[in-house]
Amino acid sequence: MTRGFAIMPLVLAALALGFCWHIAVGAKSVPLVTVFEALTNYDQSIFDHAVIYNLRLPRAIFAVVAGASLSVAGALMQGITRNPLADPGILGLMIGASFAVVMTFGYFSFSQVAFMPLVAAGGALVAAVLVWGIALAAPGGATPLTLVLSGAAISTFLGAIITMVHLLDEDSYIEMRVWLTGSLTGARMDILYWALPWVVGGMALALTLARQVTALAMGEDTANGLGVDVVRLKSLAMISVVVLTGSAVSIVGPLGFIGLVIPHVVRLFVGADYRLIVPYSAAVGALYLLLIDIVARIVLAPIEISTGIVTAMLGGPFFVWLVRARL
Amino acid sequence: MAVFSTRPQPALPFNGPVSHKNQFETRLRVQNLSVGYDQEEIVKGVDFFAIKGGITVLVGPNGCGKSTLLKAMARILTPMAGQVLIDNELLHGLPTKEVALRLALLPQGPIAPEGLSVQELVSQGRFPHQSLFRQWSPEDSRAVSEAMKATNIVEFANRPLASLSGGQRQRCWIAMVLAQETPIILLDEPTTFLDLKVQVDVMNVLRKVAKSGRTLVVVMHELNIAAAIADHLVMMRDGRIVASGTPHETMTRDRLKQVFGLDAQVIPDPQTGRPICVPRLSESL
Ligand SMILES: Nc1ncnc2c1ncn2[C@@H]1O[C@H](COP(=O)(O)OP(=O)(O)OP(=O)(O)O)[C@@H](O)[C@H]1O
Ligand SMILES: [Mg+2]
Repeated sequence: MTRGFAIMPLVLAALALGFCWHIAVGAKSVPLVTVFEALTNYDQSIFDHAVIYNLRLPRAIFAVVAGASLSVAGALMQGITRNPLADPGILGLMIGASFAVVMTFGYFSFSQVAFMPLVAAGGALVAAVLVWGIALAAPGGATPLTLVLSGAAISTFLGAIITMVHLLDEDSYIEMRVWLTGSLTGARMDILYWALPWVVGGMALALTLARQVTALAMGEDTANGLGVDVVRLKSLAMISVVVLTGSAVSIVGPLGFIGLVIPHVVRLFVGADYRLIVPYSAAVGALYLLLIDIVARIVLAPIEISTGIVTAMLGGPFFVWLVRARL
Repeated sequence: MAVFSTRPQPALPFNGPVSHKNQFETRLRVQNLSVGYDQEEIVKGVDFFAIKGGITVLVGPNGCGKSTLLKAMARILTPMAGQVLIDNELLHGLPTKEVALRLALLPQGPIAPEGLSVQELVSQGRFPHQSLFRQWSPEDSRAVSEAMKATNIVEFANRPLASLSGGQRQRCWIAMVLAQETPIILLDEPTTFLDLKVQVDVMNVLRKVAKSGRTLVVVMHELNIAAAIADHLVMMRDGRIVASGTPHETMTRDRLKQVFGLDAQVIPDPQTGRPICVPRLSESL
């Protein structure tokens, strides 16, 4: 356990470096030294400092918050469902959150962004319950397979409705187009402010549940025998997952793959104890999204690719490699 | 008497004229319990108790409800009727964690999580002793290392559980429930899939545990081993308890026929006097 935290300083150092590097690249690249100066010793009169504070820093923070949230949500879902394929994207939570946001803020033009994380979390929750209900009704019950299949069904269905809404209402489409591919470009600082308390709460909840999630990996009966109240654990974990997913989606839109892949990468290094998996997933998820966003901004510069597209393009092959490496 | 040559403190008067039903201290008692899944009643009106400081063995044919009864006694299933008493308190009124401090359960076929090392697995047994504010303590370390020594798995400490053989893994699971250090331990088929020598090793561990004053309830299928270690042998069939008493009282030719439909001769172990069952193969082919 304590041994398990030995590589944490390394990961945190990499995260700090990734954070500064992320800020350094862009239309005009800024030397890392300047980034460091701006962060530690801000000087209003220096133009680069102003750029860093007003434009680059927020984006790096979006990446950190969304990456950490999605990856912890994925780790929790995999632990609770004992399903290695569980993730907010695959089990339909992300499209549920997006759907709720598109309908409320796009179609019905509701404008109180303060409620956006909550609306998204509500959408994620409803989708999760639907997916779970459909899987339960299938012959054999909620197995990893039926869960993934009903997740796919719900995703396709809600995706179709979102497309339909956009065909009927072009204005909302233009407004939401970039957001829906999962992007840090249009992310807004005001939404981050509203989402941040939820993220902190969701993370804290995830950390307090971690110990019980490890016990649950040995089966519900064993966990029960060890004193885990399984129903309560699952409900609380669900709250943490939808809150984290909702917050991340409200900031950067539906960003797939992070929640699926990062926890697996983390497990390769720290094993099966969720007291390690949860904090490492947060750090590595944040780092991963920072790096992905750096790629998104530099490969086709000055054109910027949507972060979501890069995650899928790099995440897909990476996952295949990972699965092969483990076999 | 030769029966007790290997155990100086007999828990039971063997061959005694009376059944020992009310002579023994018990911390776990089941009264008129009915329990099952959904609406289906599996265990029907069962009365049962476990001897303090002894091993109670539960046998019966596949599907007769042994695991179901054990799960009800571990508070995993809720009774449809009747009750489970632990230290004369209603088990189903206690919080999950409180139950886990008094009673440990090793379910049938537990899942070995990928990537968990043996040491980490055994440490899970300390779960009910910890909380958010009370993390790992020297007391926990002591319990874990004692449990690992008792089950002879110290050499595997850092190996992943998934890389061990079935028998080695089973010893790790037993170590986990021992580390829980509860006065009552329920084990569902701890010796299935083990070779005979390892079964005997495991039984010796369990006997030592019982001798330290803990209450053990063990489900198993190997009748001769059951008869050899049981202080109290209970036979179940179709959700009901058919026989309960010392191995001498319960393991008779007629009972084996009645409970298992098994044609067998019962002879005494020449050394311990405990009953041994020798199945007779069908003569007409
Ligand atoms: N989760 C469940 N849901 C519904 N029925 C169940 C469930 N578990 C067991 N049963 C049924 O309850 C009956 C008793 O099962 P139980 O597991 O208690 O038997 P057992 O005596 O432990 O058998 P074995 O020796 O094979 O382990 C069986 O008919 C089984 O089909
Ligand atoms: Mg069973």
